[in-house]
Amino acid sequence: MILKRVVVVEGSRTPFLKAGTDFKDLLAFELGAMAIRGLLNKTQLDASMVDRVVMGNTIANVSTSNVAREAALNGGVPNTAVCNTVTLACISANQAISQAVDQIMLGHADVIIAGGTDSVSDIPITLSKEMRQTLFQARKVKGIGDYLKLAKEVRPGDFSPEVPDISEFTTGRTMGQDCDRLADRIGVSRKEQDEFAVRSHQLAHMATESGALGKEICSDGIPPNFLPIKKDNGIRGDSKLEKLSKLKPAFTRPHGTLTAANSSFLTDGAAVVLLMSEEKARELGIKPKAYVKQYVFTGQDLEEELLLGPAYATPAVLDKAGMTLADIDVFEYHEAFAGQILANLKCLNSDTFAQEKLRRSSKVGEIDMAKFNLWGGSLAIGHPFGATGARLVATAANRLHEEDGQHALIAACAGGAHGHAMILERA
Amino acid sequence: MNYATLEQREDVVIIWMDQEGESVNKISPTFIAYFERLMHEIDADDRIRAIVLASRKKDWIAGADLEFFSNNYQAGTWKPIGKRSRKLLGAMEASVKPIVAAIDGAALGAGCEIALACHYRIISDSKHSMMGLPEVKLGLLPAGGGTQRLPRLIGLQSALDMMLTGKNIYPGKAKKMGLVDEVVSKGALIRSAVEQAKSMIIKHKPGKKKKGMSGLLENNMIGQSVILRQARKMVEKQTKGNYPAPFKILECVEIGLKKGEKAGYKAEAKKFDELLCSAEAKELIQIFFNMTDLKKNPMQHLARPVQRIGMVGAGFMGAGIAEVSAKKDVAVILKDIKETTIASAKKTVWKNLSKAVSKKAMSPFRANQVMNHISGQMDYRNFHKVDIVIEAVFEDVKLKRKILAEVEAEMNPQCIFATNTSALPIKDIALMAKNPEQIIGLHYFSPVPKMPLLEIVVTDQTADWVIATCLDLGIKQGKTCIVVKDGPGFYTTRILAVMLNEALLLLEEGADIKELDSFAQQFGFPVGPVTLMDEVGIDVGAHILSGELTEYIKQRGNLKMSTKMIDMYRADYHGRKNRKGFYLYGKDGKKDKGKVNPAVYNFFGGKERKEMDQISVRNRLAMAMVNEAALCLEEGIIQSARDGDIGAVFGLGFPPFRGGPFRYLDSMGADSALSILEMLSERHGPRFSPAQIIRDKSQSAQKFYA
Repeated sequence: MILKRVVVVEGSRTPFLKAGTDFKDLLAFELGAMAIRGLLNKTQLDASMVDRVVMGNTIANVSTSNVAREAALNGGVPNTAVCNTVTLACISANQAISQAVDQIMLGHADVIIAGGTDSVSDIPITLSKEMRQTLFQARKVKGIGDYLKLAKEVRPGDFSPEVPDISEFTTGRTMGQDCDRLADRIGVSRKEQDEFAVRSHQLAHMATESGALGKEICSDGIPPNFLPIKKDNGIRGDSKLEKLSKLKPAFTRPHGTLTAANSSFLTDGAAVVLLMSEEKARELGIKPKAYVKQYVFTGQDLEEELLLGPAYATPAVLDKAGMTLADIDVFEYHEAFAGQILANLKCLNSDTFAQEKLRRSSKVGEIDMAKFNLWGGSLAIGHPFGATGARLVATAANRLHEEDGQHALIAACAGGAHGHAMILERA
Repeated sequence: MNYATLEQREDVVIIWMDQEGESVNKISPTFIAYFERLMHEIDADDRIRAIVLASRKKDWIAGADLEFFSNNYQAGTWKPIGKRSRKLLGAMEASVKPIVAAIDGAALGAGCEIALACHYRIISDSKHSMMGLPEVKLGLLPAGGGTQRLPRLIGLQSALDMMLTGKNIYPGKAKKMGLVDEVVSKGALIRSAVEQAKSMIIKHKPGKKKKGMSGLLENNMIGQSVILRQARKMVEKQTKGNYPAPFKILECVEIGLKKGEKAGYKAEAKKFDELLCSAEAKELIQIFFNMTDLKKNPMQHLARPVQRIGMVGAGFMGAGIAEVSAKKDVAVILKDIKETTIASAKKTVWKNLSKAVSKKAMSPFRANQVMNHISGQMDYRNFHKVDIVIEAVFEDVKLKRKILAEVEAEMNPQCIFATNTSALPIKDIALMAKNPEQIIGLHYFSPVPKMPLLEIVVTDQTADWVIATCLDLGIKQGKTCIVVKDGPGFYTTRILAVMLNEALLLLEEGADIKELDSFAQQFGFPVGPVTLMDEVGIDVGAHILSGELTEYIKQRGNLKMSTKMIDMYRADYHGRKNRKGFYLYGKDGKKDKGKVNPAVYNFFGGKERKEMDQISVRNRLAMAMVNEAALCLEEGIIQSARDGDIGAVFGLGFPPFRGGPFRYLDSMGADSALSILEMLSERHGPRFSPAQIIRDKSQSAQKFYA
């Protein structure tokens, strides 16, 4: 069987907005629809060409549990396209894209829109387990007597809603707490973290000003006013080290090193990329941006390595592709926390880590920061959990052209102690 | 002729209406005769204990055979037909064997009335299912017992609303208001109807009437007369007494309520006969035929598909054109130089769609789909992918030429370039075009989603396939299209301009603004010419009256053209849009209780106003327009009297009950038109000198409509 080559044609995303701001009234499917609509408008692709839509999503709204379908239909994709939703924490969109790549490689589809969407402004606040059970029984009651009996069982406390927090189910710790542990274990100082955060904001600011990020954003505007929202609203070009160093710890008090400023913030947004088989793109006369060369997913120890995905996935994907760090021109890593990124970079540059964890004789190597997240990262741009992966792919593909590189490496960590990496080759 | 086939299911018979040789079931005298016989047979057949009335066509019953009634009609003809149909429907209603109407598709007019005579109504939830009594739109009344059975079934208020507006009622609403008993899926329609019919066999008691009247107001005589009085007031206000049909409907209903059904049916028959003979109905029916005619594209075979429109200019016009296109799933790239204009265009469309959503006429999902078809941008990206570019920028030849040049650099060689203009000559815009045969004018009317007319303007060079494609697009957008030749003001703007000019001259002579408007309204125009100038915009009017059109009209013999509109424009009067016009406007842009702006009279010789004779004012306004329309036909600007009538009625609000300028000429006769024009010409100058074509018709004693 001949596997088809897969190309990245174009990317499109909503602006990434801080939770509770301009997107606060939109549901995840509407954000997804906006990104998809932007992609279709940008490419003027005949939407009936789309075979499948795969969307990542982490905070499921029960009324749109297959959010990919709703996003696609409302985004202008005809109902003939098959749509499915995948979930893999912060690398859900990466999983969506990888699934799309497989489908195209195997010849099941030629044109796929893949990405993800999340609204943290619309979190599923549920009633207590007791209340849910009572209400469930209420559906079966007949007559007033039954109702009164049921009503007697309800306690005032049953009414208090349960707001989900972002903690790891297995360990019960929030991700921030876990990253605090990781930073201390690997030896990442507060100052290093703050410096990295400033770098991320400044680079993202520059990329916004130059219009590089704007090219990824579909600024369609939302009803009823449709005034375009053109920029991500979490980027702070005026970030200064002195200011950041004054902030109090956010997760581990009083002596943690992670603060609100060196962590990514809660974000509403959606991002998608258009993937095609190389032959289909050629047939349509489309000049793609990049080939998808290789990808991997990894799993690690939940207690100590929750956020170390990139340290595992980077060497794995390089090995699989028969390449080394030196072959990579563009690095595009998801920045969950400055501490997490720096810990991963240190592990990659550590012989001990390589020998103990990777069963390699020597370290993977030091990543050249002159090639690393040059348009900023999640710390500044924001991180809609289910969507970031598609932003990474689109940005990496665009950077290959802007920076005249040949290969790009994307990597990200995810809750559940997963890792992901993908290599793109410029087309 | 065969009208139906029968299918026996146990003791239920299904009457499958399936009129031979026709695409729809239509009620005609032969149809009635057929059903009389059929009902007798069924009555006598002991194997049949219940009846289901269904259709094999796309529609249930589309209505009465309009052509039959309008072609063969003479006073009194209706009487025997009416009597028989009344008897037939009465027999159906009194049938001891229950009759269930199983409706899929349209049950309109007489079709709806047949359903009303059945004992139970089930309608499918198909998209094309609907019921309604549209007779009033044709100047008629429901003569199959509708004015009597409908109020009994759904109550006085809803019944009047249905009969006086003629609007279509869709399944969900029909169920809610009690017009039908049940809504089912199309696949379940016949099974449900048969089951229902069976279940009614035992319990069925004919003659036992449903109590439909609801609410305190409707159950007593006083309440009823309050409702009727209010309805009459509304009708008077809306028709200005120009349309007899709604009044006759009210009379029938009232007689039925006060003197009983029998008297009601009798009144219905008599008044229907009167209406069918009336000039108003004749004109409205003619318009209906003309419109139906124009819904077909005679050049269909030459039309090319339009999947994408490049809309240049996202103003109110652009937004409207985008809306009517996107609703038909045509993609629209909305290009403008200002981001905020694009945003407000989308907002306008979204508002209109939201209105439909809140009325449940559209699903929120469909609204999203429609919005998805509209994308905004500030450059010409992807313009090589569009099939037609429609330009709707400011009315300025130089600007339009510049846009054309810009677009030509981007568009593919097969693309049509259409310019939306109300008066600029297309040939001037096309002067430097690379492909002049692909340049065409599309004159839409504002607001585009509401106005039914599209004037397609062609130059000598415009290719046939381009005309055909635009006709196709216009019809798809729901417009009634007329194709006219390029020339100053084309057709509609030209005949409107002379009418407005006449209004301005009347003001110069001392006419009162409000009186002038009200005279025009009494003639049947929806708004008077002065209000119209405010609405369209004095800036726009000044632009038209200072351009080539005026020169063209003047050159016919130094005709008198008022320059007052231009003077007003120079004094910053733009009409309602800047709240500075002939009338006073509040901050919300609405008329301030209809008060005239006294300052305006400074342009027209001061506050002292003269009393004018209504007939002569009406004659001057109407004949100016009518004579100009005749000149347009003479010059070949319009191809036919039909196009001229449709253009004036649908584009300018020429009184529909007068049928349009040419029907109006026909009804008064070319001779008297000629003498009125000659008289006006003598009194007011050569601008009224009659068109040669009117002289010719007078001489040959011919009509415009043969």
